[in-house]
Amino acid sequence: MNTVNQPIPKIDAQALTTGKGVYTDDLAPANCLIVKVLRSPHAFAKIKSIKTDAALKVNGIECVLTYADMPKIRYTLAGQSYPEPSPYDRYILEDIVRYVGDPVAIVAGRDERTVDKALKMIRVKYELLPPVIDFEQALDNPSVIHPEADYFNNFPIGGDVKRNLLASGGHSGGDLDAVFSSCDIVQEETYYTKANAQAMMETFRTYTYLDHNSRLTVVTSTQVPFHCRRQIARALGLPKSAVRVIKPRIGGGFGAKQTLVSEMFPAVVTMRTGRPAKIVYTRQETFAASNSRHQMRVTVKVGAMKDGTIRALDVYALSNAGAYGEHASTTVGLVGSKSIALYTPEAYRFHYDVVYTNTMAGGAFRGYGATQGCFAVESAINQLADRLGLDPAEIRLKNIPKQGAAMPAYLDGPLSSSRLDECIRRGMEMIGWKEKFGICRSDGKTARGVGMAITMQGSGIANIDTCAATIRLNDNGFYTLFIGATDMGTGCDTILAQMAAETLHCPMERITVDGVDTDHSPFDKGSYASGTTYLTGMAVVKACTELCEKIRRQGALKLGISLSQAAFDGDQVVSTLDPAQAIGLEPLAQQLVVGDGEWLQVTATHSSPVSPPPLMAGFADVEVDLGTGKVRVLDYAAVVDCGTVINPNLATVQAQGGIAQGIGMALYEDIQYNPQGKMLNDSFMQYKIPSRLDLPDIRVEFAPSYEPSGPFGAKSIGEVVINTPSPAIASAIFQATGVICRSLPATPEHILLGMAKKQGGAGA
Amino acid sequence: MKVKIKVNGKLFDKHIPNDMMLIDFLRKYGFYSVKRGCESSNCGLCTVWVDQKPVLSCSYPAARADGHEVTTLEGVLPEAEVFGRVMASMGAEQCGFCSPGFVMAVLALKREIPNPTEEQAREYLAGNLCRCSGYASQMKAVMQYLKEGYQ
Ligand code: FES
Ligand code: FES
Repeated sequence: MNTVNQPIPKIDAQALTTGKGVYTDDLAPANCLIVKVLRSPHAFAKIKSIKTDAALKVNGIECVLTYADMPKIRYTLAGQSYPEPSPYDRYILEDIVRYVGDPVAIVAGRDERTVDKALKMIRVKYELLPPVIDFEQALDNPSVIHPEADYFNNFPIGGDVKRNLLASGGHSGGDLDAVFSSCDIVQEETYYTKANAQAMMETFRTYTYLDHNSRLTVVTSTQVPFHCRRQIARALGLPKSAVRVIKPRIGGGFGAKQTLVSEMFPAVVTMRTGRPAKIVYTRQETFAASNSRHQMRVTVKVGAMKDGTIRALDVYALSNAGAYGEHASTTVGLVGSKSIALYTPEAYRFHYDVVYTNTMAGGAFRGYGATQGCFAVESAINQLADRLGLDPAEIRLKNIPKQGAAMPAYLDGPLSSSRLDECIRRGMEMIGWKEKFGICRSDGKTARGVGMAITMQGSGIANIDTCAATIRLNDNGFYTLFIGATDMGTGCDTILAQMAAETLHCPMERITVDGVDTDHSPFDKGSYASGTTYLTGMAVVKACTELCEKIRRQGALKLGISLSQAAFDGDQVVSTLDPAQAIGLEPLAQQLVVGDGEWLQVTATHSSPVSPPPLMAGFADVEVDLGTGKVRVLDYAAVVDCGTVINPNLATVQAQGGIAQGIGMALYEDIQYNPQGKMLNDSFMQYKIPSRLDLPDIRVEFAPSYEPSGPFGAKSIGEVVINTPSPAIASAIFQATGVICRSLPATPEHILLGMAKKQGGAGA
Repeated sequence: MKVKIKVNGKLFDKHIPNDMMLIDFLRKYGFYSVKRGCESSNCGLCTVWVDQKPVLSCSYPAARADGHEVTTLEGVLPEAEVFGRVMASMGAEQCGFCSPGFVMAVLALKREIPNPTEEQAREYLAGNLCRCSGYASQMKAVMQYLKEGYQ
């Protein structure tokens, strides 16, 4: 292959490294009204009154909008395919506020200073309601967070909103009780994962204007332009035809921008005033008034034999939706389906409840529930190995499904491609597992340990996700690839162009990539659920294959030869019988737009009945300071099977970045609230993400299988990479200190306390 | 107040609010490479040079730059392009939102510490956060760029 599987530089690399103004706020016209939001200081309250007259009088203020000005249309901010599973539980502004940060009023004015001044002059009287902050107290709490009569679901998701129950459900297979009762060992443990901030470097931002036909144009940093269009139209009561969404370059998303966080506010202002409007979220708002990873409690019961055969797995998850239900019922589904399926138990059950609380809503964050499930189930398997005196890596090798196996707990298909066993074996070599595991490496001041975990994700959502691509031959022989997939830094524009170049037998330079503008891009559900490489990639291959055919046909016509005798090699259409009979692509393209020609363009759509899992093994070597409990990750080795690697450089960096986020989750990322529901760590000062001093040189290798249903054999890579660090690091800490971390993050306090307890216990 | 600030060699003689920060001044006059990532001086995205020394423009009053020379990424382009190519060849930039501040810090490092060890480079660049890359490929690009002494 010439372009696929090559380390081709990102096509936008030069623009990005030289600081070209390509992001939303760089493009916004200077005359935009500045939009800001007054937010609730209370976790749960009813608005008794809002006085806006003084604010309106501030010179330069264009409008001050409250719930009284908003359409009474319930909608969800979740960017998912219609019909969204997320409940329609929001108004743009409402007379009830459900978390500290919920919007109360929208102010637009000439500049920031003016708007800030007006914000201070709005007087709101609240009637305080008792908030529910602790998600373990939410179910059947007397405080009902969504009492509204017009709350609704597109289809049943097992909720009972009067009980603060947003969703519930599950699935199972085999006779669980019978299998448990015949196991040598049954272990049950409960694990906690915290809310984490996606913390992409570009905060949420959007600007809006009315075009010459009075259509609302929304330029926004989003992962889901088409879902944006649908949701904005719904929330504002506009026909979809009246809304256009444009996505420029995005400064990271990691799932956060799969929810429409900032879009509605300037949109409402533009509809109200007819003027261009812009909102740029502060970092504080991005932490405290957007969405995060769902906080969860996960109980894992595992039944096994003494030789390490895992026979039964029973997983229960309680998930904290926060104040609104975006992505709540769907993230929790992955907790079980993407963790249990890594093993081959005779019986399994997965069930869950999702509850509302008065904290910031959860949302999508890379890994999307699989991460939480991975921490719980992989930690449980590590602990099981310890109880049985077995090597955790060996216990995996013994129990993982082989390529071709059915995976009953994974509802999206069999294991059509896997080299997970090689991922594990190679990872063991890379980290030096045989030499390090089970060996005490302590100098009295520090202690070292190694730990490991395996994981899987999906590649798109089976039978739901739809992605299209359009390829066009332009009049001088270059191509334009139109996509609706959103490159948020991941490099999908580049890898999709690689696939196009490979299929069209041409160099990368001949392909320009255009996206995304809902007015002219082909439909794509957007970039999430690890679907872009696998699904949009396949749409690109289909479209380009068909375009090759069209070019061949047109070439044959021009040459006056039969179609069966015409071949297209990327540069020319040539007769297989007489090589002298040939027409170059450029003259052919030129002739196609003169006189009786044909403008060659193909759109192809793809969706898949399966979601083949990428797989991975991660190994951590950590050092614990026995005096302070501080953990340093000295080495992290990961081996990924994402099918054919379309671009080794970009895949490696994706993996390193995901692992870095996973290390943050393992060791310090934890959104905390005070008892009144105010977020305590809403800045980079207080919410620490890993800096370059905190991380080792993360080492990544690939063990590519060939996925028959993927483009060039590819699966996905984007999400799977975040999952392994927390269980692998927790296990390594246990190896070093004997302290078990069942609640993330693994803080120095917990480790010190655990060590003290052990010593106390030993002395007694 | 009135200030005279030279940005990338061009003089800006302007009236500004007293409390304007340098980042807002620079973006106002079209230096869009300068990015904001926080309000707490923690991310390094806004790094520019004042008199050739890196500063965080988000917390540097524009008034303080009065009479001084400010350099943004737009002002060091040929050099930045070379480093950019090294980054790109390793796939080291993802969303690129952290790149301008990061590149300014790397070029400052090159001026301040000749032949740094990787440890020194990490220390020097510690204030420049990146959420996408995991840093490994960025550091590889930095060390290769510095070692090979590109002009
Ligand atoms: S914007 Fe974050 S340090 Fe300046
Ligand atoms: S590349 Fe996205 S923050 Fe660094």
